[in-house]
Amino acid sequence: MTDPVIIFDLLLAAAVVALAVASLSVRDLFVAIVLFITFGLLSALSWVRLAAPDVALAEAAIGTGVTGALLLKTLRHLRYVSGTLDRAEALSVTPAAPVPAPVIWANAAFCGLVTLGLAVAFLGAPRSGPGFDALVAEAMPASGVDHPVTAVLLNFRAYDTLMEVVVLLAAVIAVWQIERGLSDAPAPVLGAVWEGFARLTLPAIVVVGTYLLWKGAEAPGGAFQGGAVLAAVGLLLLLSRLYVPQPSHRGVARWAFVLGTGAFAGVALLVAGGGRVAFEYPPEHAKTLILLIEGLVTISIAVTLAALFHGREPVALRSDRGRA
Amino acid sequence: MLDILGAALIGLGTVFFVAGTVGLLRFPDIFCRLHALTKADGLGLALIALGVALMADGAGDVVRITLIWFFVAVAGATCGHLIARYARRAMPEGRHD
Repeated sequence: MTDPVIIFDLLLAAAVVALAVASLSVRDLFVAIVLFITFGLLSALSWVRLAAPDVALAEAAIGTGVTGALLLKTLRHLRYVSGTLDRAEALSVTPAAPVPAPVIWANAAFCGLVTLGLAVAFLGAPRSGPGFDALVAEAMPASGVDHPVTAVLLNFRAYDTLMEVVVLLAAVIAVWQIERGLSDAPAPVLGAVWEGFARLTLPAIVVVGTYLLWKGAEAPGGAFQGGAVLAAVGLLLLLSRLYVPQPSHRGVARWAFVLGTGAFAGVALLVAGGGRVAFEYPPEHAKTLILLIEGLVTISIAVTLAALFHGREPVALRSDRGRA
Repeated sequence: MLDILGAALIGLGTVFFVAGTVGLLRFPDIFCRLHALTKADGLGLALIALGVALMADGAGDVVRITLIWFFVAVAGATCGHLIARYARRAMPEGRHD
């Protein structure tokens, strides 16, 4: 007899596809973002159903929470630039010039290629097999942690994780190159209720983020999930204007951006210097090294995501003074 | 016995969620919709959290569920307030009451 939960799974799968189609096809940008966030939440639920709570946490925190906030912030910026801020009739932004057809076709071609690659990989993979479960279980005692996913991410395949951290670093460098100066957009006034909410939740978010990081050694959680939750602290601080980035803070920010990548690569080089392969931690120090890397990477991820939300290098340009 | 009570509470909570969703879909303007949604979902969430807490394994889980309930409820209420506040400000002049 089939599991009755299969009905729920089928509905969930259909809803995820329907939300993706709706999010892409709707004209109103705000509606598209809301649909995308809902899509992310249901994707996270799908990962839970696929027994992958680590991916679910990452999808919920980064794919839905932080990405949703980034998209909404971008929409607000677009509406400020186009002069339709705080006007009820302009909940969407109509682009001044339509997207050129070659750009659309190039995008479609790349998306098609990715889909084709995924299809080839999926169809080429063995229908069923032991996978790497046995290998990972066998190597677990040497990993220094008790949670297989953390062991794979920070030990067995640490190189991939290092690359993910580098991608985030590259993203924030690119953003700081593109957008500079102090924003002259008016801060959203969110009211006393919201301020109380921020004051109440800020300490709780710090605790939850640290808990996710700490828990990662033995249960689902880890640097990316913890970092994304901690980035929410930065988002709340930036939104409530409790913290306004200043040009003089850029040095600290730059250190925080490269901290994780530097520590990660530094440990790899250090280990490699001792006559081992990079990331082949000595078993007696593995737990310490993994915790050190995860802790510093978490700080970097949190600061980087918050900086991406701020979306510009806070530098006083001459034109800013002129405008003020 | 606790399991049956928990399941009943979760079922009852789901009824409130469905009622809130019907209100969201059927009511004429944004304030009525928010009213239906926040009130019904707040109660539904509390009932579901209570039901899950009854089925939980230990005290640690109950504490976690209580914290989740508290923060989701506070965040939901704050979101409702922010949406209503924005809608009221974005209205054309002269319709503020």
